Amino acid sequence: MNELMHAIAEHLSIVAVAMVFATIIGIALGVLSYWKRKLGSFIISLAEIIQTIPSLALLALLMIIFGLGDLTMGVALVLYALLPIIRNTYTSLTQLPPYIIDAARGMGMSRAQRLVKVEIPLSIPMIFGGIKVALVNSLSIAVMGVLIGSGGLGYIIYRGIQQRNMERILLGAIPVVVIALIFDWGMGKAEKRLQKHTR
Amino acid sequence: MIEFRNVTKRYGSNIILQDLSFTIKTGEFVVLIGPSGCGKTTTLRTINRLIEPKTGTVFIDGKDVTKQNAVELRRQIGYVIQQIGLFPNMTVSQNISVVPKLLGYSKQECDTIVRDLLALVDMPYEENAQKYPSELSGGQQQRIGVLRALAASPPIVLMDEPFGALDPVTRDSLQEEVKRIQKKLKKTIVFVTHDMDEALRLADTIIFMDKGKILQMASPEEMLQHPASAVIKSFMGKHMDNDVPAAPLLAEDFMKKKVYKVYKSTKTLESIEMMSKRDINSLVVIDDDETYLGTVSIEDIKARGKAGRSIAELINTDIMTVGRKDDAKEALDKLLSSSSNYVVVLNDKRTVAGIITRTSTAKAMGEALWGDLSA
Amino acid sequence: MRLITFFSKNSEAMIASLGQHIALVLISVGLGMVIAIPLGILLTRHKKAAPTVLALAGTVQTIPGLVMLGFALIFMGIGTLPALAVLTIYSILPILRNTYTGITEVLPSYKDAAKGIGMTKSQVLFKVELPLALPTIVSGIRISAVYIVSWATLAGMIGAGGLGDWIWTGLATYNTDYILAGAIPSAILAFAFSALIGFLQKLITPRALRRNA
Repeated sequence: MNELMHAIAEHLSIVAVAMVFATIIGIALGVLSYWKRKLGSFIISLAEIIQTIPSLALLALLMIIFGLGDLTMGVALVLYALLPIIRNTYTSLTQLPPYIIDAARGMGMSRAQRLVKVEIPLSIPMIFGGIKVALVNSLSIAVMGVLIGSGGLGYIIYRGIQQRNMERILLGAIPVVVIALIFDWGMGKAEKRLQKHTR
Repeated sequence: MIEFRNVTKRYGSNIILQDLSFTIKTGEFVVLIGPSGCGKTTTLRTINRLIEPKTGTVFIDGKDVTKQNAVELRRQIGYVIQQIGLFPNMTVSQNISVVPKLLGYSKQECDTIVRDLLALVDMPYEENAQKYPSELSGGQQQRIGVLRALAASPPIVLMDEPFGALDPVTRDSLQEEVKRIQKKLKKTIVFVTHDMDEALRLADTIIFMDKGKILQMASPEEMLQHPASAVIKSFMGKHMDNDVPAAPLLAEDFMKKKVYKVYKSTKTLESIEMMSKRDINSLVVIDDDETYLGTVSIEDIKARGKAGRSIAELINTDIMTVGRKDDAKEALDKLLSSSSNYVVVLNDKRTVAGIITRTSTAKAMGEALWGDLSA
Repeated sequence: MRLITFFSKNSEAMIASLGQHIALVLISVGLGMVIAIPLGILLTRHKKAAPTVLALAGTVQTIPGLVMLGFALIFMGIGTLPALAVLTIYSILPILRNTYTGITEVLPSYKDAAKGIGMTKSQVLFKVELPLALPTIVSGIRISAVYIVSWATLAGMIGAGGLGDWIWTGLATYNTDYILAGAIPSAILAFAFSALIGFLQKLITPRALRRNA
């Protein structure tokens, strides 16, 4: 039981840390793409390419570079989380009604002030949606941590597979699925509430 | 004081503003008007540098606007747009306080400003300050839009068709409020519209533009009386008719031509039959030579008529008459002052041309205003 | 470079694995289409059940690959068949979801017009709804194919064959060459599927829809 709790904590913490980095980097890149559209389409294409790479392949490649351990998994999670966050940030910003931007400019906001006071606040629901997708995916990917020396519920699952022990597998798998579902549902609800006061 | 000197602006090969030069005095309410694409909005947005001129200079109080920091310049100029553009993520109070906050006013100062401004437009602070734009009606939102532009007390306010998206009733009351506020606070307002009514109502000076040039810059009265070109004249449209006295209306314009007449020799029974068949309760009586004698009513016949006799003795002359070429007003006065339901209209030879009833009057007026009602 | 030597030495085996991998993807996505598309169509006729079914399928999707493969291993043993079972299950959701939304998003006016001119229900389905929903459905197939290329590499764990084998071997023996021999081709394969199906998608988008897009 203790082992399970420990594994869950490990699993969640590595996902959490990765998500924090991914959110910061993702939103920053999203804003950059919005400010410089040409660069933006390049950034988004790059993120799409990363997404297409099979996760096991990416993980293994990163291991070659960073070695075994949590860092590798963290980098992998951040890379996979980027696309949903960048894309949602970019899409939301570019879909803002032009007259709102006009009003903000006309009143004397600088580009940065506009971003912070108006553009990002109005984009929060969609950005949040991107974070949700990234988070739920990450929970699943992190299971593979066992293969590259990173912690988490993957160990329990893998040991179960090696021992052909169904119960062990379930012991590791069920928390992952349940936590993923809870986050999906909870963040979905939060997303809806965030939509108030954005139009 | 706003001065444009030889300002031109083009997008590719399209010339939007052509060598524009004019001056707006401090405290003036100036309306820019003209057909679509004439450059009025571009001109407006050049004042606060949302658009930069290609050549020429814009001066505000003698200072070249391009020599000032654009962002700071805009904080000194109020800006109201047609789509209102209140920020959905901010409350009314926060929206109004946007520019003061940008200028560094304290929370206290902002709060005072919000209170004062809301009072200015009769929107109680307690009810409205914490509401979000989505909770307000279109008219309320646009009022807040205007207040937001006034919050930092800018001497100049730019308005780009601010009431275009509102219903006529709200538009009307907002026009009044803006005029009132402008007079009270002594702001210089530059207002863009395509609605001549609005321009005539609000402006101290109207600048009429077409294809990037100024066709005429004059007071509303001046422009009404002496429009400088055909384009302006057609914009004026129905306003011009109001100053030309309309052709006087005559009684015959209001009358109903179908009148049921009987000769004085007609018998009572016949008359009653006629009236009941037509579901009316009186008839006009004429002499053998068709001239008007009077009227006869069904009550009279019932009361005093004798079967087999003519109605000649029952003729009533109380009903008023007018000539067909008499002034309609006279006819209507007679209709309204008398206790009867109609007035008889006579030709020159005193034959019956028609009758004016309340219904025929209403119908005639309706048709004059809105065209053929029978369609 | 050492890597290139490795590749050329083992090219036969690598190509064989590539072939196996492609086969795995084609079979499982193909089976997925056979299951998901009719199911999706069925759901559009029973819209009340749709949220539940889609949610259920979505839940299956959150089960980590390792876990499903573990189940397959225990119940079906090692080899290609268990792998195919798991991969087919995974290929269903994207296709199912896109079939459902693709059809439900077809403008009612098109369906009305079709019914109005006297088409039977199945004619409406095959001549109007499916053709108009096709781009979305193909998009779902594309998403599915890319996922499956990825999951098929995991399937190497239970001896399914394909490029995953190389990666697993490389991980177990800390052999970089093996890892790269599996990782690089599989990444390229994923791109290839994505690009190919994407191209197909463009081809079949009826010109009318293309203009609106």
